[in-house]
Amino acid sequence: MANNKLMNTLKHAVKTLRVGMVSAVITSAFISANVSAEEIGYAEKEELKFGFIKLTDMAPLAVAYEKGFFEEEGLYVTLEAQANWKVLLDRVIDGQLDGAHMLAGQPLGATIGYGTKADIITAFSMDLNGNAITVSNDIWAQMKKHVPHEGGKPVHPIKADALKPVVDDYKSKGKPFKMGMVFPVSTHNYELRYWLAAGGIHPGYYAPHKGDTSGQISAEALLSVTPPPQMPATMEAGTIYGYCVGEPWNQQAVFKGIGVPVVTDYEIWKDNPEKVFGVSKTWAEKNPNTHIRVVKAMIRAAMWLDENNNANRPEAVKILAKSQYVGADYEVIANSMTGTFEYEKGDKRDVPDFNVFFRYNATYPFYSDAIWYLTQMRRWGQISEPKSDSWYKDIAKQVYRPDIYAQAAKSLIAEGKAKASEFPEFASETGFKSPQKHFIDNIVYDGSQPNAYLDKFAIGLKNDSKL
Amino acid sequence: MIKQNAIPTIIHQVKGFQWPNIGQLLGAAALPIVGIVVFLGLWSLMAKNIDTSLGQFPGPAAVWEQTTTLVDEHNAQMDKADKFYERQEIRNAARVAKDPSYQPKIRAFTGAPTFFQQIWTSLYTVMVGFIVASLIAIPLGIVCGLSKNAYTAINPLIQLFKPVSPLAWLPLVTMVVSAVYVSSDPMFSKSFITSAVTVALCCLWPTLINTAVGVSSIDKDLLNVSKVLRLNALSHVTTIVLPSSIPAIFTGLRLSLGIGWMVLIAAEMLAQNPGLGKFVWDEFQNGSSESLARIMVAVLTIGLIGFILDRVMLVIQRKVSWDKNAVLR
Repeated sequence: MANNKLMNTLKHAVKTLRVGMVSAVITSAFISANVSAEEIGYAEKEELKFGFIKLTDMAPLAVAYEKGFFEEEGLYVTLEAQANWKVLLDRVIDGQLDGAHMLAGQPLGATIGYGTKADIITAFSMDLNGNAITVSNDIWAQMKKHVPHEGGKPVHPIKADALKPVVDDYKSKGKPFKMGMVFPVSTHNYELRYWLAAGGIHPGYYAPHKGDTSGQISAEALLSVTPPPQMPATMEAGTIYGYCVGEPWNQQAVFKGIGVPVVTDYEIWKDNPEKVFGVSKTWAEKNPNTHIRVVKAMIRAAMWLDENNNANRPEAVKILAKSQYVGADYEVIANSMTGTFEYEKGDKRDVPDFNVFFRYNATYPFYSDAIWYLTQMRRWGQISEPKSDSWYKDIAKQVYRPDIYAQAAKSLIAEGKAKASEFPEFASETGFKSPQKHFIDNIVYDGSQPNAYLDKFAIGLKNDSKL
Repeated sequence: MIKQNAIPTIIHQVKGFQWPNIGQLLGAAALPIVGIVVFLGLWSLMAKNIDTSLGQFPGPAAVWEQTTTLVDEHNAQMDKADKFYERQEIRNAARVAKDPSYQPKIRAFTGAPTFFQQIWTSLYTVMVGFIVASLIAIPLGIVCGLSKNAYTAINPLIQLFKPVSPLAWLPLVTMVVSAVYVSSDPMFSKSFITSAVTVALCCLWPTLINTAVGVSSIDKDLLNVSKVLRLNALSHVTTIVLPSSIPAIFTGLRLSLGIGWMVLIAAEMLAQNPGLGKFVWDEFQNGSSESLARIMVAVLTIGLIGFILDRVMLVIQRKVSWDKNAVLR
């Protein structure tokens, strides 16, 4: 005990010294005054339970736990795998979970009342990219004829144009062409729809105002929901012919020899925002310090994951391969987490940015990212009424909370655990990325003009159209 | 009692030198071993010929390997828990030093439960569900056995609910428990209550029916004795009814416990409640190359525990039964 006390005094002294040094380096008296103002109080709730789905992009949670970042913030976190996205969301809403790894569309969908209506907010974006579309071996054999080849290998990105003849063939035979995605408001649903529509295949509309939430109105490809870990088994059983899902469930199909990933979401939309860390608004209001501390721990985890050019990734894969996290084989997870991606068996290509956790400001909750999801909800009829540009901005501002993120980041900077240069310039950041070009169909997205963006698509509801 | 019986038998055997009896003894020990060896042989032979998309079906060797892995994982997790508590104490002390008004609190380890902790959770849950069910079923069964009218009134309900699959109850139980069981600092977790109630619902019937049958078929002579002695209702039940229907009650209890154990695993799988069922489901979801072997470990564990539970009930039955010579199996 005496020993402990001595240690603590020592640690305290070292810390004071460090802070002193930092403030000495930052010579401006104004900034150091600002730094001390950023000190965050103790967490209101110290024992927390967070939910996740078995996907590699839950890594920031696992790393924050295993590397002790949560504990350093005085948080005692239990991580619990959830059965599917709906269960996960419901448990966050009714308070059984304090927060969870969520699809970016979930807080937005819940807030606008698509599905369960509830106020969910997010102050932390968990990753960029990380998904892919896989088709069964049989479909790939039919598709491959239409894919341009170079040097004996398919030219990437593979567009849905190559799938179109296959779907037409099914249609002429009167057979439904079925594909799986993970949740109606999932990134995967929108990505799969985006890819199909870009290739001229209609993925179908939703019409919630008429009670039709199947999303199959005038569809050429019928999409349905399957929980991520069950995707390979469902495709193997022949219930679906392909799917869009996060890792490791695409690489799992390659390893099992039951399917071929044809395109990654990196190729559909370069550096697309993917998962977020969502909490209920009432929880966040009750536990503001806890929330900031959670975000701090997760920012550190994300930094660790991307540090030194992905140097820590093998260790991260080892953590994820544990059965309480993702639990798939090391090789399967490593295939995509360490900067490569295997398409057809043996066709392993470099995709260094397949999983991005921190660089390119991946963790910052941009309003424009939220608005992109809202435009896709409108495009496919989940939002049945026309909405004004300002409505999109208002919803984004309700759900995405860069203010909380900024507090967490500033506190890390003050503690010397992060550098200001690693974050956006908080004073001037508008939350809108400049128009983004890298989509598979070359359509430019400008988050400040959602309705003009919707008018650019050949397939999908426009600004004023209604079903 | 058993010892008293056994000693004369042995003496008798030594005296008479009866070879067939020794042969029988050998057989009793050797035959199960032969059975197990043949089973292991067939299993490893079959396993080699089944290829799944998760690799080859696990044979005995793979299962044994995973058993040791699970033990190692358990030990590693326990080490982690120790370190977790150490770190927590240091952190608490630091905070007290900074803020003397703070009341330090030790929080339970936040790591994932290991296989052995899952076994314990399952056992605990099944026992609670089973005991609750027995406390309801035995008195109710006695009432039904004693009174023809009570039996006629309750019988249709028994017949209606007895064949209902536990999994049909599960959604109802889940919703009712989460609606009714509300407290800010619950003593038990909701998932535990849900599992235990589901188990109890399915454990009721065999005990209830067997108790009723046992009580209603008590020897007429015994009933007459009770009448002659003018026993009041309570002493009639405790001195005449209970002792004579013990065998029937225990047959019911053993059936109930077996069913309860089966139901629990299914309920844990479906409701994602902690326990062995969840372990199996999680491993299935993981889809790693070791998953099947780990599931197989769980399958054998479930079987073994079911067997042990039944044996324990048998021992208890022997202890409480008045007829020590009855053949129990």
